[in-house]
Parts: sequence; structure tokens; C-alpha cells
Amino acid sequence: MSIDRKTVDHVALLARLALTDVERARTQEQLSAILEHISVIAEADTSQVPATAHILPLENVMTADKSRPSCTPEELLANAPAREGEYFRVRAVLEE
Amino acid sequence: MAELWQLSISEALDKLARREISAADLTRAHLDRIEAVEGRVRSFVTVTDQDAMREAEQIDRMRGEGEALGPLAGIPLALKDVLCTKGVRTTCSSRMLEHFVPPYDATVVSRLRQAGAIAVGKTNMDEFAMGSSTENSAFFPTRNPWDLDRVPGGSSGGSAAAVAVGEAMGSLGSDTGGSVRQPGALTNTVALKPTYGRVSRFGLIAFASSLDQIGPFARSARDAAHLMNVIAGYDRLDSTSVNRPTPDYLAALTGDVKGLRIGVPKEYFVEGVEPGVKQVVDEAIKTFEGLGAEIGEVSLPHTRYGVAAYYIIAPAECSANLARYDGVKYGFSARDGVQDLVQTTATTRAKGFGPEVKRRIMLGTYALSAGYYDAYYLKAEKVRTLIKRDFDKAFEQFDVLIGPTSPTVAFKLNEKLSDPYAMYLNDVFTIPVNLAGNCAISIPGGFSDGLPVGLQLIGPSFGEETLLRASDAFEHATDFHTRWPALPQQKRPPRARK
Repeated sequence: MSIDRKTVDHVALLARLALTDVERARTQEQLSAILEHISVIAEADTSQVPATAHILPLENVMTADKSRPSCTPEELLANAPAREGEYFRVRAVLEE
Repeated sequence: MAELWQLSISEALDKLARREISAADLTRAHLDRIEAVEGRVRSFVTVTDQDAMREAEQIDRMRGEGEALGPLAGIPLALKDVLCTKGVRTTCSSRMLEHFVPPYDATVVSRLRQAGAIAVGKTNMDEFAMGSSTENSAFFPTRNPWDLDRVPGGSSGGSAAAVAVGEAMGSLGSDTGGSVRQPGALTNTVALKPTYGRVSRFGLIAFASSLDQIGPFARSARDAAHLMNVIAGYDRLDSTSVNRPTPDYLAALTGDVKGLRIGVPKEYFVEGVEPGVKQVVDEAIKTFEGLGAEIGEVSLPHTRYGVAAYYIIAPAECSANLARYDGVKYGFSARDGVQDLVQTTATTRAKGFGPEVKRRIMLGTYALSAGYYDAYYLKAEKVRTLIKRDFDKAFEQFDVLIGPTSPTVAFKLNEKLSDPYAMYLNDVFTIPVNLAGNCAISIPGGFSDGLPVGLQLIGPSFGEETLLRASDAFEHATDFHTRWPALPQQKRPPRARK
């Protein structure tokens, strides 16, 4: 199993990773090698087997709709790379 | 007379209660030990010496005034830097979170505080818990106290090394594919991966949410039981926390394994296991037999697919979990020379994450992307079912399974860095347990050429009491867990104190 450069570019865009050319070349090589090893799972007979996403018999966990103490806006904004008042400041999303 | 930093948690609690030592003495002894060895081992990203001394003095004051104290009052512990600590920076050993100061404590941290434990610092790890050597830390590698040219294992390498060398009496790590047990094996410490849902993950910075579980490091099964008694239990803040009563793990340590049915999975003794490791495990099996356990062979036929399934499922979950690092709310943010929000995000992530994290995000994103989902992700989840069924079947016949934790002893720094898959194979015997969700422990099993060999005991879901009982019984019959590394003298000048 090997993957081509176009796939690497596409996946990097999906993953929001601005990789350099050197990183892209290395990723192509390493992911191909890893996928080669991983392809062993194709040999497992899973024709009658359900998937396990999670090992617990999970159900929705409901809680009472009651307010309880939480962090203040000031505490939550303390780690913000940039802020404006009580908002996180980001680059423009739409063209100005 | 042993140094204070060499005491077990049980011994220290006795001495504290009898007022033979103070919490301040004990904490100071550990901070001095950190000062003495940290230049060589480098277990810690952050040492919280001032907070630790203040808290220790507070414990002593409370004891003096006859106030009620928690079960770990005055015990110095270390925390993997993946656990949120209010007001103390929590980095995940990543540039992305280098200056991140959490606004709240993880549930395990608040439980330890409530119990009176003293945090001496935050330990180094593979970035975002991805790795098996602690070489993927963005800051520096941690070294194995048994041989400074070798790795301590990972990803919880700092937490393992700190306990092995006496910088803390116990510590917490996180285990997604072996990240507590494998460094435990490589550093001669007791290292437990509890059943999924037994310990709250609230405040554990997420890597792969269906696999991650917090577990303790200690220098004996009894000390691990002390830690489990505090950290285990239901937490409404973690929706995958299991609501069932927490047993008294100390009460489980009867020292008796007569009639315990121990299965030996034949797939755990294959090519790739070092002869020195195999020899130690064979000896350990004889020790258990001598203690009255019943030994039998068992098969876990889908073991060979474990690593492959894991390296689809874990990266897939990581690619989703790490999508939150977008440079907006916290963490590193690339702001210079970028035009718009998408470019800000992509540049932030490219500069903030190290090579292994980026590799796993790419692998996971690929496995989940259109056209590949069925062949990789869905297939891996079906294989996960097969691996779980292997264990279910084995535990119909046996109470515990036994084997090596890691196929090798500690390897040299840089030895496996250039070949990602060779590094992944370190976890071949630990990964299946995370996929199936049950529990397992690594205990000091013996030595091969002077390097520790970890013995893995695997239990069914919520079988922690049995694992700790068997480990404790093994410790009564052996002295491996009592040995200390003969730390060589300084190789390089100590790093300047911050």
C-alpha cells in the first residue's frame, strides 16, 4: 500500500496542517510504510463480526438542568492568544 | 537506615502518623533528591517546589492541631504533564501547550489533593502521550535511571523515572496503548492500567478517548493500592466513568494466590521477545506455581492484529481530539505572516505539533477520509471485537493472564527514532488490553544484563483487586521491586534552575 503526493496534500488540507515540502515527502514515505504494516488486518475474518467503537455499553448520560459553579470568563480568557474585551480575537473569517 | 526518599508510601504514612517525621521533612527529602539527580535523569518539565513545601507545612499544621487528614496526607507524588493542574502550567510536553495554565484540576488531581497528597511536579512525556520512549517530548528526552544511555519507555517516561529514582513516592501516568505499563517495565516500577471507566478521565488531555485511562506508578503493589483507593471511582464529569462501588484495594492484598488460575498466552512468547525477557517471565511463572497458583496455556489468536488495529483507531481518535488546537482559545498561535483563519489554523498546527503528532494526525485523518473508512477504521473496529472476544474466552478459564510487558528491555536513545513502526511494536503486548478495555499491571519481574524486565499480569474488567493481590504475593516471594538503580555520576553539568 502506498499513497501518492496528491493524497498527502489532500489529507494535510483536511487535517489543517501546513506541512513543508520536506515534511510532505517524508509523510508520503512514512505513511506508505506504516500502511503496508497495517494492511495485515485485511487478513482477519470479520464477515460476521460487529464493530466495537467503545467497550462500555454506553448510553446517554443525562444531568439535571441546574446551574452550578464554573470558570469565570476572565479565567477562560486567561490563556487566549489574543482577545478583545470578553471575546477571543481571530483573523477575519470572511473577506472584508 | 534508608533515606527518607527510599521509604514506601505505607512506611511513610506510619512514620507520619507516629510523628517520627513531618510532611515537610519528607517533601524536602524528595525535593533534595530531585535537585541531586534531575540533571542526569530529567523526569520533570516543571518542579512545583514552593507549592509542595507550603502544602506539606499545612499538613503538618493540621496534624498538630488534631484535624482530620486524608489517606495520603503528606505523601509527595508526581503527575504526568497531561493532567490538568489549576494554576500550574500543563504542557503535554508540546510547544502547542508550552504556556498553557489550566483553569481547573483534573478529577484525579483534586482527589489526590483532597487526600492530602503533595504534588512535587509535572513529569515529562512523549508529546500528547504519543510514543514509547519519551524522546518525542518537544523539550528534552528523559533518561532511564538504570542506564542513562537508554530510554525510560513512554509515553509516561517521566512519571516512571521519577518513581524509579526516588524523586517521588508514586506518580500518575496515562495508558492508551501501554504508556503506563511499558515505562513501568523498563524502569522496575509497578504500573497499573485500570479498567476503562474505573478512573475518571476528566481533566486528562485527550489523545484517544475510547482507549485512554489514567493509572498509578509505585514501588510496590501495596503502594499502588494506596493510590488506587484515592483515584478510582465514579465521576459525573466523565460520561464514560463507570458507576459502581470502589473496593478497598488494600484489603485485597491477602498475600495468597493458592488456586489462582493463571493463563499463559502462547502468542506472547513469539519471535521478537528477547531471550533474557523470556527467561525472566518463565522464572516468574515458576514462582507463581511455587506459591500454589495453577498454570495453564491459553490462546489469544487475534493478538497479531492488535498493533495494526490500534494504529488505525488511536490515530483516528487523535485526529478528531486534536482538532481543538486551532490557535484561538488557548495554546500556541501563529499570527505573523498569515492572512486568514484557515491559514492561521494550519500554520499554528504545523508549527505547534512535533513530527510524531503530525504523523498520527495525518494517519488518522487518512483512515477516516472518504473512500478509506471501511477498509481501515471500520475493519479495525471489527478486529477490536475479535480481540475483546479473545480475552472474554480466556477469562472463562483463567483469573489472570501472564506474559512479558514489553518484548525487550530498555533500548538506547535514538535507536528506534527513525523507524516509526519499529517503535510501535514496543506495545505489541500492551495494546490488546486497551482495545478490549480490561485491566493489566506491569511489575518488576527480574533483570536481564542488569536491566529491568517487566512482568505483565492481565485481568478481566474490574479485576484490579486480583492483579494487585497476585502482584503483592509475587513481591513477598522476590526482592526485585526493592532494588534501586545505581545512578552513575554526573555526565554533564546540571541544567540551570529556573
